[in-house]
Amino acid sequence: MSSSPPASGFTSASSESLHLAVALDGAGWHPAAWREPDARPGELFTARYWADAVAEAEAGLLDFVTFEDSLALQSSSADGPDGRTDQVRGRLDAVLTAARIAPLTRHIGLVPAVTATHTEPFHISKAIATLDHVSRGRAGLRIQVSQPGYEARHFGRRAVPLPDTESYQEAADHIEVIRRLWDSWDDDAEIRDVATGRFIDRDKLHYIDFEGRHFSVRGPSITPRPPQGQPVVSAATTAAGGGGAAYGLIARSADVGYIAAADADGARAAVTEIRQARESAGLSAQPLHLFADLTVFLDEDAPAADARRSRLDALAGAPYSSDTAVFAGTAAQLADLLQDWRTAGLSGFRLRPGALAHDLPAITRGLVPELQRRGVFRRAYEADTLRGLLGLERPAGRYAVHPAA
Amino acid sequence: MSSKPLKQIHLAAHFPGVNNTTVWSDPAAGSHIDFDSFVHFAQTAERAKFDFLFLAEGLRLREQGGQIYDLDVVGRPDTFTVLAALAAVTERLGLTGTINSTFNEPYEVARQFASLDHLSEGRAAWNVVTSWDAFTGENFRRGGFLPREERYSRAKEFLATATELFDSWDGTEILADSDSGAFLRDARAGAFAHQGQHFDIEGHFNVPRSPQGRPVIFQAGDSDEGREFAASSADAIFGRYGTLDEGRAFYADVKGRLAAYGRSHDELKILPAATFVLGDTDAEAHELAHEVRRLQVSGQTAIKYLEHVWNRDLSGYDPDGPLPDIDPETGENTVALGRASVRQFRDPLETARQWRALAEAKNLSIRELVIATTSGQTFVGSAATVAEQIDTLVQADAADGFILVPHITPGGLDVFADTVVPLLQERGVFRTEYAGTTLRDHLGLAVPEAAVPQAPTGRQAAGA
Ligand SMILES: Cc1cc2nc3c(=O)[nH]c(=O)nc-3n(C[C@H](O)[C@H](O)[C@H](O)COP(=O)(O)O)c2cc1C
Repeated sequence: MSSSPPASGFTSASSESLHLAVALDGAGWHPAAWREPDARPGELFTARYWADAVAEAEAGLLDFVTFEDSLALQSSSADGPDGRTDQVRGRLDAVLTAARIAPLTRHIGLVPAVTATHTEPFHISKAIATLDHVSRGRAGLRIQVSQPGYEARHFGRRAVPLPDTESYQEAADHIEVIRRLWDSWDDDAEIRDVATGRFIDRDKLHYIDFEGRHFSVRGPSITPRPPQGQPVVSAATTAAGGGGAAYGLIARSADVGYIAAADADGARAAVTEIRQARESAGLSAQPLHLFADLTVFLDEDAPAADARRSRLDALAGAPYSSDTAVFAGTAAQLADLLQDWRTAGLSGFRLRPGALAHDLPAITRGLVPELQRRGVFRRAYEADTLRGLLGLERPAGRYAVHPAA
Repeated sequence: MSSKPLKQIHLAAHFPGVNNTTVWSDPAAGSHIDFDSFVHFAQTAERAKFDFLFLAEGLRLREQGGQIYDLDVVGRPDTFTVLAALAAVTERLGLTGTINSTFNEPYEVARQFASLDHLSEGRAAWNVVTSWDAFTGENFRRGGFLPREERYSRAKEFLATATELFDSWDGTEILADSDSGAFLRDARAGAFAHQGQHFDIEGHFNVPRSPQGRPVIFQAGDSDEGREFAASSADAIFGRYGTLDEGRAFYADVKGRLAAYGRSHDELKILPAATFVLGDTDAEAHELAHEVRRLQVSGQTAIKYLEHVWNRDLSGYDPDGPLPDIDPETGENTVALGRASVRQFRDPLETARQWRALAEAKNLSIRELVIATTSGQTFVGSAATVAEQIDTLVQADAADGFILVPHITPGGLDVFADTVVPLLQERGVFRTEYAGTTLRDHLGLAVPEAAVPQAPTGRQAAGA
């Protein structure tokens, strides 16, 4: 297989080919998943646990994994810690976890969550650029907005949280700054010209001079341009109440958007709305992947999957509910569903394993071979970078002066 | 001979960053960004049983005369991200990162260090620095909001706040008992509330207590306040004094401040930055060291350095000629921005006077003057000589060890590991194997106990 990314467009293994990602979080997305006998809940704060999960995802040839994160303790309640002791609480920083795993993997993309609301875009830009350097071109990020006031009180910078639309506007500015900083070094800025004693050509470094409503940033970055030029920026529509604003952020700022929808029609409606917003923003020529988020419980037969889900519900004391559709059944049934939903204009799916220890291997060893048999999923990694896997070209730096062709 | 037992030396390796230590023009110099360089460097340090690897930090590209400075290495990767990745390719080596207390917030930095400590199984350390200037601040959403006088007041409260966060989990909360269904022992995990001059924050910290309890804390400022901060709160100092007399004075001064905080001599390690040039013979090493200095201080570099003091454009001067006869521009330094060395010259007129006197007495050109007045190599000689020098300084209480900065990236440490380390081991002053697994183990520092967790306040207890 060639190791270079496809020249353009979204065709990869075949025109029918799906993109698949897995969303990693704790012991899985079901709140009782940590109680499964194979769950390793005591290891959630070790590198080995995450390394094993990502190795499994890579063995299944998945495009990328995402790492959930937030700047507060997990809670089942929107307005503060819920005081519960029966669910996983505590998380390691997602960017550091991704970096810790990078040298142990070769092909799979690594996409940590980052909260725009409370972080400095200068720091995030160099952190993700560096994740791209240490993974040799496999970095992305999932930008998220933080609305809860209790999270804001961990920072104390703002008396009251910004309204939704403004938080999303701020996140869009955050991404704009990150992207400009990635471009603030031309690819060939380091010259090491012994004759003139110059290490860099300063004409190839650029001030970004971003002026926004909530902050300004001068630049350039201190970290040279990352291997992918622009690591992959992604965002989700799941933020509570964020609906239209989240669509707008994806439309204007992302390379990959994750859609939470209850069914194929819901996904279709979201795709249409995001594509229209993309067009209004004048960006329809820029590729945008839309993935649906799905929570999955996968077993040999459908009753077994239902039974497992019910057993976990009983342990949790409540039926599992999600902002996404929840699937319980066999790999073949899930493959049918993915192919059906696909027609809504999706290029792929981000699967949330209900219980990681069971459902991640069920994805990589059950679903993936099923999709391969159907000719809709790769049989080998066909690129070394995340952009390459997603069929995205490596963009030229926006400030670089390009010699006339 | 005295019966005092030999002190054990601590050694660390500083990946050469943005300054003129790195001879980037040397054909042996590799990338300073590529991860392979960091892997090579870290694995050499670990092979040599060093205590830790050290990364510096800069948050704005340096400028001089309104232009980005282009003569030294420019650019570096993100500290946390590199250290986390290095944790995957090393097993014992401590991982020390410089992180500024002015352009960050405690909740975020505390969770990054706690995460790094988990991901490295107890090898994280934080060098708390206090650069404050508005020039750097232009890269941050809140700008350069801190007056210089407040840099340590914020740093102290930043560290105290981060410590409250580290201590908000005492290490016994996670039960993960699937039979009973108790993941947490109780719902107080991570509860904190801090109210102070710089930070007024409350809520729940979301990283459980890490293997070292807290990362090892370094301090690297040299002012009186910096020394006091170190005496009160740091486990180690990244210092600048690598010679016998200066080192002993600094060592005595800082260690003398510990008692006031109820701390003992051993609770603060003094580890100056040091460079080295090795040769088969002392003579060869000295010759090589001279060459390295000429490469580090080119004619252009010398002129730029002089501008730090003169605070004006000196590009028209000949580096091989005499010092300028015009006087420095006094007042705020607007020529050399983002340069720590500027702050060394509190009285530029006096510095210029001294330099002119020195240049006249020894008949030095600008370039020769700069080479003579800026620090030369700390350790020069054969491996035997350098081992002896290091041991002598440590036994004489000029330092507890050194943070070595080779002048070649990333291979410059190899020769030290292969030749000097075995000699120190033979002398019985440096470990031949790691005794423990964490950086606290290597430095002989105890794991701090968590402060007693606070009782939950009204709103935090509400859901319990
Ligand atoms: C040996 C040494 C290394 C330092 N390294 C850094 C660094 O990597 N990044 C940084 O921002 N400041 C660095 N500094 C600056 C100091 O940490 C400190 O913030 C600054 O000097 C102001 O404090 P002071 O007035 O007490 O010296 C270093 C200082 C010393 C002495």
